[in-house]
Amino acid sequence: MGNHEHHSETTLRVNGKPHTLTVDHRRVLLDLLREDLALTGAKRGCDHGQCGACTVLVDGRRVNSCLLFAVALDGREVTTVEGLSGDGEEPHPLQRAFLERDAFQCGYCTPGQICSAAGVLAEAAAGHPSYVTDPAAPSGEPVPLDREEIRERLSGNLCRCGAYPRITEAVEDVIP
Amino acid sequence: MKEFAYVRAGSVEEATSAYASHAGARYLGGGTNLVDLMKLGVERPAALIDVTRLPLDAVEELPDGGLRIGAMVRNSDLAAHLLVRDRYPALSQAVLAGASGQLRNAATTGGNLLQRTRCPYFQDLSKPCNKREPGSGCGARDGVHRDHAVLGHSAHCIATHPSDMAVALAALDGRVELYGPEGARRVAAADFHRLPGDRPDQDTEIRPGELVTGVVLPAAAAGLPSAYRKARDRASYAFALASVAVVLRLEDGVIGHAGLAFGALAHRPWRARRAEAALRGAAPTRAAFEHAADLELSAAQPLRDNAYKVPLARNLAVDVLSRLTDTALARRAS
Ligand SMILES: Cc1cc2nc3c(=O)[nH]c(=O)nc-3n(C[C@H](O)[C@H](O)[C@H](O)COP(=O)(O)OP(=O)(O)OC[C@H]3O[C@@H](n4cnc5c(N)ncnc54)[C@H](O)[C@@H]3O)c2cc1C
Ligand code: SF4
Ligand code: FES
Ligand code: FES
Repeated sequence: MGNHEHHSETTLRVNGKPHTLTVDHRRVLLDLLREDLALTGAKRGCDHGQCGACTVLVDGRRVNSCLLFAVALDGREVTTVEGLSGDGEEPHPLQRAFLERDAFQCGYCTPGQICSAAGVLAEAAAGHPSYVTDPAAPSGEPVPLDREEIRERLSGNLCRCGAYPRITEAVEDVIP
Repeated sequence: MKEFAYVRAGSVEEATSAYASHAGARYLGGGTNLVDLMKLGVERPAALIDVTRLPLDAVEELPDGGLRIGAMVRNSDLAAHLLVRDRYPALSQAVLAGASGQLRNAATTGGNLLQRTRCPYFQDLSKPCNKREPGSGCGARDGVHRDHAVLGHSAHCIATHPSDMAVALAALDGRVELYGPEGARRVAAADFHRLPGDRPDQDTEIRPGELVTGVVLPAAAAGLPSAYRKARDRASYAFALASVAVVLRLEDGVIGHAGLAFGALAHRPWRARRAEAALRGAAPTRAAFEHAADLELSAAQPLRDNAYKVPLARNLAVDVLSRLTDTALARRAS
């Protein structure tokens, strides 16, 4: 197990269930999910924060799990694509929309796109602006999501297959 | 990656004393730059002092009408804060121009200021780099340097500072609050980052063990027209090739104050003091804006492959000054 200086007991709630593990401080959340918990939805693309394939939600906010040390997340709530629909009986509306729009080819980026889109919907509902939001209207009211907003807000998720037009349409389908 | 100890700090004093008692310590913010550099082997800390749970996560109004942003405020929360959007729009726009939604949710105000250069030689252990390894040489000078500095560079280093946020803070006369072994102090945001000179390993004025605790925005800039504009290789999610932050005050039809800073042109946000002096008291005309921008950029010393940055920065500055003048005049008319 190595030196105790370099490991810590860490508790994370993942998709609603608590997990207590002794983690090497070098363990990033992505590896903990994929290797320790066998949740392989989140993907490793670049491993450097550049592609978004590893996107999950931590305390409801989308983040790149390849750049987060698990030990620093002690006590946090993690949601992966496997847990997005709650009990898993019915797919999440975003998952259904991606299927209906055929918004992928190889599917490698898809879990990240879907988790990121879930984050986008929550951010827009909370009134968070983006770079393309009209700066003249700081209101705190929900930001309406048009195509330009969706494209800008999802720009941290790359798709090597170039499925962007359908991804944008799928997200448009679930806008409340 | 080398093994490291981990300490979660609960207070500022705890953080600075943990730093002092661990050789080879680094503070851990959102980790979006530090973890990346640790994976690359550029950073090899023996201990990480996690500062993300310090009670420095609020944006507060100050009695004098300014604003204090805690160092742990996440970039996305800073950009979305209503007082920031309303009173210092350039800052909100600059933060939103950087990185991605996921990265901004993790990145902190302190970490953003202290992020390292994106120079590819700095990130590649097999290449010479005076910033990473003093005395090893500069791979970029005769290599790939299209993204590098045109102002204030030295024989030792031609890197630029990548932060968009820091450019807006410099233009708005923000101040960086620090706490360290010698107590608390404040440094003007425009002077916080250094020029490389013969010490390119030193990005900023921060002293060993000092913690960024916050950033203060002055009441004087609150509510003035301000804006940030960024030119990059693609429409979103790319570092700047050139950028500009401007804050403008008109008085009786002439320019009372213009705060202007360029990004991606130098080792620090480039506060355009010569341009500002030329604008003070001038009528807000396109000719005046062009004259001021040219005056500032006449000091540029482009490298073999980055002369394009000079006209790009000039046009950005003229455009933003013109737009803010329209905003200011429209406000007065209404
Ligand atoms: C793919 C990608 C694209 C990006 N694009 C952009 C962009 O377009 N524009 C832009 O501006 N940025 C961009 N960034 C950079 C991003 O903004 C920074 O990584 C982020 O702001 C750093 O904040 P952090 O809290 O994660 O810092 P960390 O990674 O935690 O820390 C960075 C440094 O600061 C030190 N530190 C952290 N907090 C403190 C503190 N309070 N006091 C003292 N020292 C501290 C750390 O020890 C470390 O040396 C990009 C990053 C990535 C990965
Ligand atoms: S420009 Fe600076 S950071 Fe880049 S290789 Fe040269 S010394 Fe290193
Ligand atoms: S794997 Fe995390 S962003 Fe690419
Ligand atoms: S569907 Fe293949 S990478 Fe997006």
